[in-house]
Amino acid sequence: MAKVTLKNLSHSYLEKQNNNADWALRDISIDWKDSGAYALLGPSGCGKTTLLNIVSGLLKPTKGNVLFDDKDVTTLNPVERDIAQIFQFPVIYDTMSVYDNLAFPLKNRGLSDGEIASKVKEIAEMLELTSTLKNRASGLTADGKQKISLGRGLVRSDVNVIMFDEPLTVIDPHLKWVLRSKLKELHQKINRTMIYVTHDQTEALTFADQVVVMHEGQIVQTGTPVELFEKPKHTFVGHFIGSPGMNILPCEIKNGEVNFGGQKISSHNAIKKSNFSKTQIGIRPEFINFSKEGIPVKIKRVSNTGRHKIIDTECTGGNIKILSNASTEIPSGSTHVTFNKKFTYIYGDNWIIE
Amino acid sequence: MNKTINQKAWLFVIPVFVLVAFNAAIPLMTVVNYSFQETFGNNVFAWEGTRWFKQILLSERFHAALGRQIAFTFIILLIQIPLGIGIALTMPKKGWGVPVCLILMSMPLLIPWNVVGAMWNIFALPDIGFLGYTLNAIGFDYNFTQQPGDAWFTTILMDVWHWTSLVVLLSYAGLNSIQPAYYQAAEIDGASRWAIFRYIELPKMKKVLTLAILLRFMDSFMIYTEPFVLTGGGPGNTTAFLSIDLVKMALGQFDLGPAAAMSLIYFFIVLLVCWVFYNLMMKNEARS
Repeated sequence: MAKVTLKNLSHSYLEKQNNNADWALRDISIDWKDSGAYALLGPSGCGKTTLLNIVSGLLKPTKGNVLFDDKDVTTLNPVERDIAQIFQFPVIYDTMSVYDNLAFPLKNRGLSDGEIASKVKEIAEMLELTSTLKNRASGLTADGKQKISLGRGLVRSDVNVIMFDEPLTVIDPHLKWVLRSKLKELHQKINRTMIYVTHDQTEALTFADQVVVMHEGQIVQTGTPVELFEKPKHTFVGHFIGSPGMNILPCEIKNGEVNFGGQKISSHNAIKKSNFSKTQIGIRPEFINFSKEGIPVKIKRVSNTGRHKIIDTECTGGNIKILSNASTEIPSGSTHVTFNKKFTYIYGDNWIIE
Repeated sequence: MNKTINQKAWLFVIPVFVLVAFNAAIPLMTVVNYSFQETFGNNVFAWEGTRWFKQILLSERFHAALGRQIAFTFIILLIQIPLGIGIALTMPKKGWGVPVCLILMSMPLLIPWNVVGAMWNIFALPDIGFLGYTLNAIGFDYNFTQQPGDAWFTTILMDVWHWTSLVVLLSYAGLNSIQPAYYQAAEIDGASRWAIFRYIELPKMKKVLTLAILLRFMDSFMIYTEPFVLTGGGPGNTTAFLSIDLVKMALGQFDLGPAAAMSLIYFFIVLLVCWVFYNLMMKNEARS
């Protein structure tokens, strides 16, 4: 059990760094509370795996510090940090049986045979591996192998932090749900700090209390799933979370007024003067309504997903996506829409204006 | 849809068939022919049945040559395989060291067999060779042309020098194909360096090592040129391995019948050992 603190972490895989693009991580600071469930969310290549490997001790950061319970562990290796990590692709020891695979991390730490047997039994039951314990691990299917990887990470329950690096990528969809709820259940049972890396928003939002969204080596927002949804601090968060993502529309600021496609827009956050190179309006498709007046739009396409309708529209300022209930009557041709002021935000150079 | 039957397809197989016939089947059948007959030249043959096979299988000369051959192959495998894996493990995985190591490792493999023999012959000469002279200068009584032990030592050293690289290159390729995640997982699991080798590297290298052992077995079991140039089979017959003995019998004594029988026995031993070895190595693979 441990609180994890990252202080001004930066990492580069290159010897010399000339510009921002040479850094895989830039100035990351995080406080993760003891026994919380956290998710690192972001697209491939945003640096989330790098960050995870720095926390686990597989990588030494170029700059900055990693602290477990206020103790600096930056130079310690994974064994000294006492952590568990599960990788994206199944890693199994081919020549060993399933049982020996699960027992391996315990054996390396010199536990007695009795303790090993009881812990392996417990974890095998949880992952439904009991019937295959005696088989050779190399004979299992991809998700069987990944269950072993998960098991090897979870078998030591006394660790400081358990880290998951997109562990469900190779798992069948129906099993994904099962394993995800198992992990959540496990978190409540053993109460360890867990960090879960994923590019899948559903996975992140269902697993974690706090989600850290990363983009191009930086943290763009940390918050609960609701915060990320309702008030994205960066256009990337708005765009990445939600399906379809937030509408990001170019706008002009004149005398403290927001102008979009010739219309005045009222927003949740105010802006007085713009010294940004670009300003944008962010509005989620969920918070746009059809009305008699407002922004004139032309309906281009309506797709019905069963539960709701996604409407693609076109107006002078750009394209707007609207999400409405499946039962809503959609006007055809030209109509007007209004933005819900409470959920309309102004962004300057992609960051929310506070 | 019905398959169309077109016998013309056989035409396309003919070139390969002819080629294989000329370079393998026909020479082999000639040997089979010789092995059952006695010839006195002038294309006169007399049927001898299995006499030559019995003679060879019971001959002490063949037993001795086979014994020497097995000992030689066994020793060089015992040295080259672990040494090759060891060198591969210490080779750098990135940076400028990689091409340097690879080129250094390939060099011995690029040198023709007879040149290797001649090189080592001169290198090991007790009076003028660097190795021979140095060994004598520091107090060893070394002379590979007269002492059987020294001849064996030199032959084995030469083979290790010539062929360990092959094992190194194959092992290195095997090691490089291991995903970094395996090493990371092992690090997290707290595995020792030995455990990483035993449970990750060795199993992942199994296929290339099987290949390396097979190649080294076949090559060393059929070795001819290098010891022929280095020691000529001597002193006495102490380094006369199977193929050297076979050539002596066939071309030295012109005993074509027994030599043909010996060739076939020799051929079947190599085939049998390879087959047994390959099946043993692949047995686990099929089971899992």
